[in-house]
Amino acid sequence: MQTHEFEAIIVGGGGAGLMAALYASRQVKTAVISKLYPTRSHTGTAQGGIGAALGNLDEDHPEWHAFDTVKGGDYLTDQNAALVLAEEAVSAVIELEHLGLPFDRTPDGRISQRRFGGHTSNFGGQPVRRACHAADRTGHMILQTLYQQCIKNNVKFFDEYHVVDVIRVGDQVAGVIAVNLDSGELHIFHSKAVLFATGGWGRVWEITSNAHSLTGDGNSIVYRRGVPMQDMEFFQFHPTGIYRLGILITEGVRGEGGILLNDRGERFMERYAPKIKDLASRDVVSRAIHLEIQAGRGIKGKNYVYLDVTPETVNRYLAEAGETRRVTREDIESKLPDILDFCRTYLGVDPVKEPMPIQPTAHYGMGGIPTDLDGLVVLDEKNTPLSGLYAAGECACVSVHGANRLGTNSLTDLIVFGRRAGKHMAEYCKSAAVTPLPNNPAEEIEAELERIRTANGKTKPYQIRNEMQQIMMKHVSVFRTADGIQEAINVLHHLQDQYHHDLMIDDRGKRFNSDMFEAWELGSLLDLAEVTAVSALARQESRGAHSREDFSKRDDEKWLVHTLAYREADGSIRLAHNKPVDLSLAAKDEKFKPKERVY
Amino acid sequence: MQITLRIRRFNPEKDKKSYWGEYTLDKVDSTDRVLDLLHRVKWEQDGTLAFRRSCAHGVCGSDGMRINGVNRLACKMLVNKLGEGEHIKIQIEPMLGLRVIKDLIVDMEPFFEHYRQVMPYYVNDAPLPENGRERLQSPEDRERFDDTTKCILCACCTTSCPSFWANGVYVGPAAIVQAHRFIFDSRDQAADERLKILSEADGVWRCRTVFNCTNACPRDIEVTRAIGEVKMAIRQGAKRE
Repeated sequence: MQTHEFEAIIVGGGGAGLMAALYASRQVKTAVISKLYPTRSHTGTAQGGIGAALGNLDEDHPEWHAFDTVKGGDYLTDQNAALVLAEEAVSAVIELEHLGLPFDRTPDGRISQRRFGGHTSNFGGQPVRRACHAADRTGHMILQTLYQQCIKNNVKFFDEYHVVDVIRVGDQVAGVIAVNLDSGELHIFHSKAVLFATGGWGRVWEITSNAHSLTGDGNSIVYRRGVPMQDMEFFQFHPTGIYRLGILITEGVRGEGGILLNDRGERFMERYAPKIKDLASRDVVSRAIHLEIQAGRGIKGKNYVYLDVTPETVNRYLAEAGETRRVTREDIESKLPDILDFCRTYLGVDPVKEPMPIQPTAHYGMGGIPTDLDGLVVLDEKNTPLSGLYAAGECACVSVHGANRLGTNSLTDLIVFGRRAGKHMAEYCKSAAVTPLPNNPAEEIEAELERIRTANGKTKPYQIRNEMQQIMMKHVSVFRTADGIQEAINVLHHLQDQYHHDLMIDDRGKRFNSDMFEAWELGSLLDLAEVTAVSALARQESRGAHSREDFSKRDDEKWLVHTLAYREADGSIRLAHNKPVDLSLAAKDEKFKPKERVY
Repeated sequence: MQITLRIRRFNPEKDKKSYWGEYTLDKVDSTDRVLDLLHRVKWEQDGTLAFRRSCAHGVCGSDGMRINGVNRLACKMLVNKLGEGEHIKIQIEPMLGLRVIKDLIVDMEPFFEHYRQVMPYYVNDAPLPENGRERLQSPEDRERFDDTTKCILCACCTTSCPSFWANGVYVGPAAIVQAHRFIFDSRDQAADERLKILSEADGVWRCRTVFNCTNACPRDIEVTRAIGEVKMAIRQGAKRE
């Protein structure tokens, strides 16, 4: 078994991982390990923009951005983190431009910005242009730019190496175990520090915007090694996924003037968010769509509604609102080229001529691996660190998104907290001693992979995965009840039993055994599905993306706390609800105090 | 409808040479993606089938392959584009010109090696604006290289190019597209160096303007045109228009 020595190891080659790699590699010996070629990472699918209060087109201030982030998160957001995000977003976006990112430009040559859901001026006023964009492929440009700069700076990559375990020695980290997918051989990466930037776990659900590879590996790896999962009950359903496919249609469509319509042709968001209508927070819009469908007002009575960005419709509503701006077919073509391409390719629908059929799609995990503001992983409500272990991006929970993330803040999060984690990690590595490797650090994971590779039960991984995705979609999605969640938990337990005792694998080989790795990834998904459901059952209130029909109100008395879910030795889950939410901005400014959230 | 998939199979641990595997799928929807069909084969019939995939909607660039003789992303090719009627046959092979590792998975290292050769990164060592803000660029200057910023490095263009098939040392269309993105960026300062690299024997002059690359590009980049612009820039001694 080959052993590699580095000071810093970064797992995952998306936005957070590459940003951290750029910073860490300037100071210490760093390697990036990714199960994909880094340019395949899901950051590349982010569309509409990255949020930063540049104020290039409208007056804007970081404090306004922080306020929107806190309110958008339904006050579960840690306010110190929201302020860091909003303040450092400005320098982060400028840094990306300096690294060559081709942002769209204003007529006078500055970075162009557009409106996005939940982003307002003056602490909850009118929509503000804050999303810095490069057409509707901002994430693609960020991923490409960061990868290019890593190439320029000779960052060491291990592409198509699948990390399967972290080496933990007491309260220290000593590296990771990975499989070279081509050869099937295990490799040990011995290091002083490890950063997980492995992205999300949207594949827990049936309808999702997430890539097949988004299986929450990093989260389940550290969870199995004693790190709690924070706030996992909060998973965002993006309101506008392509009907049945779940492919994301950016909020930028509504930012450019697109309107949601039900079967009667009604602009129903006027009823749910009278002030900012279609540009309300994602959780609010997703619930509205569900309620319209439940009331029989889905298109032709089915479970979808229309998103209409045809110039006639957009201009009609602009005129109604007294705005002088008008859009043309060419504007839509130039600002949303990828969206048009998706709809034309997959639906045969041309969005400049007809409305797009959409439904909410599982999109983003607000929860994840708990960290402090420097990306250092913490183990409990007292923020006790696990030395040398870091997390950033979607897999992490800073917690800057609280109970519901605002659009554009995921990209901001990657850059701001990826940068902070990379810097902190480098400093740590310069002073930390190397933790010696334990004997046979790969023993356990080797046995588990061998169990899967040679499994000869009767149930194929896809059967278990389909059943998990369906039950989670049915009972642990936009609206939830105790009975439904409990049923989901019962089914998940049965599926876990099948996974451990009745799995059937066809491929007994070593090389590119994706049959085995899909099964291993399913193990991660099952872990995270269960943590999500158990966390959701316990939280008896409705807040942000967690909407309980049986507890329809937010309850700040009891539930203004983070959830921490620990894995016990017997595999069961222990919950703690004693980690307070940071309210440091509210302590200084009345405006940040939790209050009812209306848009 | 019913589909018969003919898939070029090769398992390095078992097979001396590649062969055609045939798989029949029932109840296929005409709007299914080829990727959906591959998944059904892998999940329902033969778990040993190996292919790369991730985003499943044409953005990550993982699943380039040869479908009915032309390079396509499996996730962006719908069944209804490949035939009509109750029964159709679809033939799937790995991309040409790169070594097959297993089934539809080819060795991407030579491809990325060519990519790295052309300085595929932004270079600007001029002092940053004193006000701490972005460098300015007019919308027209930004538009100049918009098309080539769309590249997702899927290799569909390079592995459809007869010049690349004939000689793998040719940097290939994708690397030239990447160079173009920076050569025509008004902020970048390394255009001359890139043009020098691309004017060498393994550079742009191996392009014979066959247009296979443009036809193969799943992002609708006008690849041949971009290569032509780079050729022109070399002739004009790196002078930008």
